[in-house]
Amino acid sequence: MSSTRVRWRKFVSNFMMTMTGLCALISVSVLFFILGYLVYNGGTSINWAFFTQLPKPVGESGGGMANAIVGSGKLLFAASLFGVPIGFLGGVYLAEFSGSFVASVVRYAADLLNGVPSIVIGIFAYAMVVLPFKHFSAFAGAFALGLMMIPITLRSTEEFLKNVPNSLREGAMALGASKSKTIRTVIIPAAYRGILTAILLALARVAGETAPLLFTAFGNRFWSNSWSQPTASLPVMIYTYAVSPYEDWHRQAWAAGLVLLGLILIINIVARTILARGIAVPRS
Amino acid sequence: MVTTSTTYGSTGPAAPSRSFLSKFRDGDEIARLVTFLFAMTVVLITVLLVYQLWVNSALPRHKFGLHFFTTEVWDPIADEYGALPFIYGTLVTSAVALLLAVPLGIGAAIFLAELAPTRISDALQFFIDLLAAVPSVIYGLLGFFIVRPLMRTVIYPALNKPLGFIPIFKGPSYGVGFFTAGIVLAIMVIPYIISVSREVLLSVPRDQREAALALGATRWESTWKVVVPFAKTGIMGSIFLALARALGETMAVTMVIGNTPRIAASLFAPGYSIAAVIANEFTEATGDLYLQSLIALGLVLFILTFVINGLARLLIVVTTQKGSGVTR
Repeated sequence: MSSTRVRWRKFVSNFMMTMTGLCALISVSVLFFILGYLVYNGGTSINWAFFTQLPKPVGESGGGMANAIVGSGKLLFAASLFGVPIGFLGGVYLAEFSGSFVASVVRYAADLLNGVPSIVIGIFAYAMVVLPFKHFSAFAGAFALGLMMIPITLRSTEEFLKNVPNSLREGAMALGASKSKTIRTVIIPAAYRGILTAILLALARVAGETAPLLFTAFGNRFWSNSWSQPTASLPVMIYTYAVSPYEDWHRQAWAAGLVLLGLILIINIVARTILARGIAVPRS
Repeated sequence: MVTTSTTYGSTGPAAPSRSFLSKFRDGDEIARLVTFLFAMTVVLITVLLVYQLWVNSALPRHKFGLHFFTTEVWDPIADEYGALPFIYGTLVTSAVALLLAVPLGIGAAIFLAELAPTRISDALQFFIDLLAAVPSVIYGLLGFFIVRPLMRTVIYPALNKPLGFIPIFKGPSYGVGFFTAGIVLAIMVIPYIISVSREVLLSVPRDQREAALALGATRWESTWKVVVPFAKTGIMGSIFLALARALGETMAVTMVIGNTPRIAASLFAPGYSIAAVIANEFTEATGDLYLQSLIALGLVLFILTFVINGLARLLIVVTTQKGSGVTR
């Protein structure tokens, strides 16, 4: 065994391992650089008017995105009302009631829906809601976002319910509780942290979606007074302002980006802390 | 894995069988029915989605047939539509993205799974997960204001001068184009590749590594010749997952690809992608044929991502099962 050969192999090993470290460093630092840039630009552009004023007419500087912030809130609220019950109750069915055939069909459908590009979801919402009513509306936007919440909520509800130990189910049933009562009072409370986390993560994901809103909720430079009117939303505003030729709009796009990202990261961190605090029941 | 409730229906011969009526009174049957209906809603929605895409793209299907995929013309004024430039743009930007993201992402995943101490690895993973949550319009914003100027002033001159004789690096650069879109997409999908690959690498049983090291392999040899091949299918899965993301990505691409329906050999030339043309032209599409051609493009995109996602899931499931099968 020649020692040069061994030394060569050790050199290659060290070299390649350093390279992987470099890869990690590059990936992480590019990502950090980007976020830092956003925080810097957004931080210097943001002001009080951004939160309290309506957009100014084209050409005038100043103004804010109060209507887009409220619009995003409305869209997310309605999307949750639509998406969470379907996902949650569907998940309960999968975990507690279903036979294997129905379950696999539902699971497959949910996975399929999860993989559909958001722009295609937008087309679907357009065909289902905008075409029949003949105008863009906040309702259509909420429908599109709600659709995107369903698969995540459904699959994680199922997953967390299944992680509840069977001994809990058996204990409740042995005390004479009916199956539905067992689910309501024992199993769901035992899994609620995980489910809540999943719902929050789903909310955070759709909060930044732009593509499905472009031709459903459309956009609005004023307050939107009803669910059947087009409404402004933060992601769409970021897009329109960024690609516009006005310097002041670019500034506001950065500010909106920072607000949106801050919101999403806060939801994410809150959700992950809820989960990290421990699921109430240890896995069996 | 815990088995589901179906197992405790038969708790022994002594268990009295309850009538449907008593189950109904307890709410069991109602609960089953209600949750069943909600579960079925999900199936219904998915079926409806496919149905709507199919029905609403009938016009171009009948008028152009398969020519839709081979025509390079996209002319709303003459009412003639071909999908080729968009399919080309989607595939090229995704390919560029993967070429950049795969080596970086897998290298980083190897580092996180094999080399980094658990605490650092977990902390970095936490940040990478957060980055995966950053919405695409924000990547678009950054691409538009950082990568685009950078492309014109730094990357383009650096590649065009020495390599300009190769067709893909030829021609002038406007800052926007296939390459810019590819870079932005790469930045977007790196977190996905790292997350999934790291998970798959960590699921490789410990004894595989130990056996390799015990036989005298160096750290790198055990990683590259034993661990990575073991996790190969799962890593492929992560790449397909990233590919599906890249293909369907709308906002970030729309903002930097240049929005020109043209097939150009040069990566610096402006182009268009399926998702971008839908995003840009959907609201201004006048005439049924125009609108339905856009929906037909949506159907193409749906089928593309459907196939790629299916492959990805299959590969990931196969690998993680292999891993857990050996440890037990």
